[in-house]
Order: sequence, then structure tokens, then C-alpha cells
Amino acid sequence: MIRVELPAHLRTLAHVADEVRLDVGGPATQRSVLDALEARYPMLRGTIRDHVTQRRRPFVRFFACEQDLSHELPDAALPDAVATGAEPLLVVGAMAGG
Amino acid sequence: MSGVRVLVGTRKGAFVLESDGKRERWEVSGPHFGGWEIYHVKGSPVEPKRLYASQSSGWFGQIIQRSDDGGRTWATVDNKFTYDGIPGTHQWYDGTPHPWEFKRVWHLEPSLTDPDTVYAGVEDAALFKSTDGGQTWHELSGLRGHGSGPRWQPGAGGMCLHTVVLDPGNPARIFIAISAAGAFRSDDGGATWRPINQGLRSAQIPDPTADVGHCVHRIAMHKARPDVLFMQKHWDVMRTDNAGESWHEVSGNLPTDFGFAIDVHAHEPDTIYVVPIKSDSEHYPLDGKLSVYRSRTGGHEWEALSNGLPQRDCYVNVLRDAMAVDALDSCGVYFGTTGGQVYASADAGDHWAPIVRDLPAVLSVEVQTLP
Repeated sequence: MIRVELPAHLRTLAHVADEVRLDVGGPATQRSVLDALEARYPMLRGTIRDHVTQRRRPFVRFFACEQDLSHELPDAALPDAVATGAEPLLVVGAMAGG
Repeated sequence: MSGVRVLVGTRKGAFVLESDGKRERWEVSGPHFGGWEIYHVKGSPVEPKRLYASQSSGWFGQIIQRSDDGGRTWATVDNKFTYDGIPGTHQWYDGTPHPWEFKRVWHLEPSLTDPDTVYAGVEDAALFKSTDGGQTWHELSGLRGHGSGPRWQPGAGGMCLHTVVLDPGNPARIFIAISAAGAFRSDDGGATWRPINQGLRSAQIPDPTADVGHCVHRIAMHKARPDVLFMQKHWDVMRTDNAGESWHEVSGNLPTDFGFAIDVHAHEPDTIYVVPIKSDSEHYPLDGKLSVYRSRTGGHEWEALSNGLPQRDCYVNVLRDAMAVDALDSCGVYFGTTGGQVYASADAGDHWAPIVRDLPAVLSVEVQTLP
């Protein structure tokens, strides 16, 4: 069970009040977690990563276990604590004005 | 009694304002999609409860929302706007080729006959169409593929397709406008396009009368006379009497002919409205006085309408999609400002009052006349 914490605007969009719990088949990576997230919540497609290139949107970051994982490769393994559900993967809207 | 529903898009959400036909008391609902930029909300002319909204954010990209109950509840539909084929390049600010990149939907134009058909004008400039209520989108790529595409370049607000005008008498005819490429027309339902900019003159481009490159801000049509179009260009208010084959200037006695919004009275095809703005670098009214200007002669002769509008210390802007009219017997005129006010006149512009005044900056205003 993977835990994912979404930023407030995406929780509203997905109609979820709290963190999301996902079953991810195979190794826990950014790609596999986002695939599972978008399969459960199709309205999130395109909001975290680009529809076509699948690249992370510039003002979205991935944090976990007090580390910035934003620049890790999409198929790199997430930390064990995330893979086991001990810690959530944080999807964060970057600090930016507007 | 019939009523009106005003759909307001702002920098931080959408608002729906409703009133009966007297247009004196207003109920305001919102913000819908709080915190997101709502570039445009528009209803289907044939099914007024069907609304489409463009919701976007610098963080999370583009969302399209649809309502089937007049804006009380909403659901997301497809937000995948993928350019057809190899996107190619347009001109960047420095003159170099720049690949087409989707950024946002500026304008949603529902079909005049089918509530499930809707057009989306996007940045970087292209026209998309859905025939299933927004569940899927496909590009009408004949426009972007027009031979002039590599010469198009962005205006200060981005290279946006912001105006889509459908011909009520000819379902195959579509007009669009792009900043800063100009106006284009299709006579085959969007398959092929040609520029319709003859007569436009723009001193800001190397060839002032070029076939493309003009910064058209907005085009308006009266449905009873679809060959007559009125245009607010970057500078100049223009008119065509032959569906864009040629344009002539009708700025007449306007105190400044820079502006963004333009619209036509619901019942009088020669009565048109603009909001003069001081200049392209000073996006506010002249002398701090906000006035709508009305021509009852299809241009050339204009009168200031300022009764009820601020006449001192007013430095707001009125953006291109932020003016609309209703179709009640006494035509209502509405516009929103970057200061968050939405003003309405129930008597064709003679008297104005704010119907809401402290919203986020208003990006768009549309009006539905309800049965």
C-alpha cells in the first residue's frame, strides 16, 4: 500500500479529503505510483505530469522521507519507507507566487 | 419572467450571477474552482444548463469542467489537447523558430446547434473541437498548418487563439482571431483556413498591411447579419461588410482606439460597444474615467456612456472576453474589470451599476438569457 499526499487543489479536483492509498503492482517508482494514481483518479491526468511527455510539470515536486525526489528518474525505486507505506510520497505545488 | 445568468471567469475562480428580468437584484455563487485561473465560461445556446469552463493553473495545467445544471455542479471532462502530427514551429519573440507548446485554453465556443459540440481556442494558437461534450478533443489542424503558421508570433499575452465566432446562417463558416497573427476564416467547417486581414494596418509590424501578423484583440458579430463583423484591434476599431474580405476603420471620434472588448447590441445590428483604453503600455482608461463608448451607426460616430461608472481615479482594464450582452427586450450590457467589478446596464448602456465589485481580476464575462 502506497500513501500519496496531494496538494490541496488536487485533493479538491479528485474529491478526496485526505491522503490517498494506492495498490501499486510491481516496484514502487514515481511512474508506477502516478500510473496507479491517474488510473484511480482520471481527472488528475495532465496535472502532475504532462499528458504526452510524461515529464513532471515544472511547478510540481515530489518529496518523501525529507528528501527531494523530483529529479530522480521516473523508474527509480522510491525509498523503502514509501514502498512499505510507512511514509507518504508528497506531491507538492512549488512555492511560487500568483 | 425570464432572467439572466452571468458567467464570470476570474484570476482565482469562477462566479455565477443570476437575476430576474429586472436585473436589479443579483445572487452570486462562487468561487467555483477557487484559486484557479478561469479564462472563460460559456453556455450552450441550445441547452442553457450546459456550461463549459476553462480552468488552469501555473502549477497544475489545464482542466476543462462541464456543468449540466447551469453551474450548480461541475464535472471534469478531457483535458488532453494534443497538436495533430508534428507540431512545427512559430516565431519566437527574438525571431527564432519556436516549437508549438500547449499552454492553456483561452476561449470555449459551444456550437449554435448541438450542446455536445464545442470549440476551444488555445495557446499556443490552435483550434480544437469536441463533439462529445468535452470527453475528447481533436485539433482542426488545417488552421495551424496554414502556410503562414511559421510566421505567427506571440503578443505580450502569449500566442493565443482567443476569439471563435460561428456563423448562424452557415454552419460551415467559422471566424477565429489570434494574437498576433490576425483573423482567419474557414468555409468548410474548420478543415481549411485563410487569413482575412486585408485593410488592417498595424504600424507595429514591419509591413503594416501584411497578410498576417496583426494583433487582433476581439471580433463581434450580430447573428442577424453574419457578414458584418466588428473588430477591436490592438489599435483601431474595424468593420467588414463582406465576412472579412476587406476591413475599414470605424474608430471615428473615439478618444483612443486602443482597447480589448467589443460587442454588438442584441437587437440593433448597428449598435456596438467598446471600452477605450489609453494605450498599449497604459492598460487603463483615459484620465482615470471609465466609460463605455456606443455607436448607433455601426461605427464612426461614438458617444460616451459613463452614467454610474467611476469618473475619477479609475485605473482598471477590461479584457477581451470580458464584455457581453443579454437578449431581453431592453438589451442588457455587461463588462468586468481587472479590479474585480462587474458592471451591468439594463438599458443598453444608458445607466450602469456594479452587480458585484470585489472579485478577483475579471478575465471573462458571458451572459445567458434564460427562458
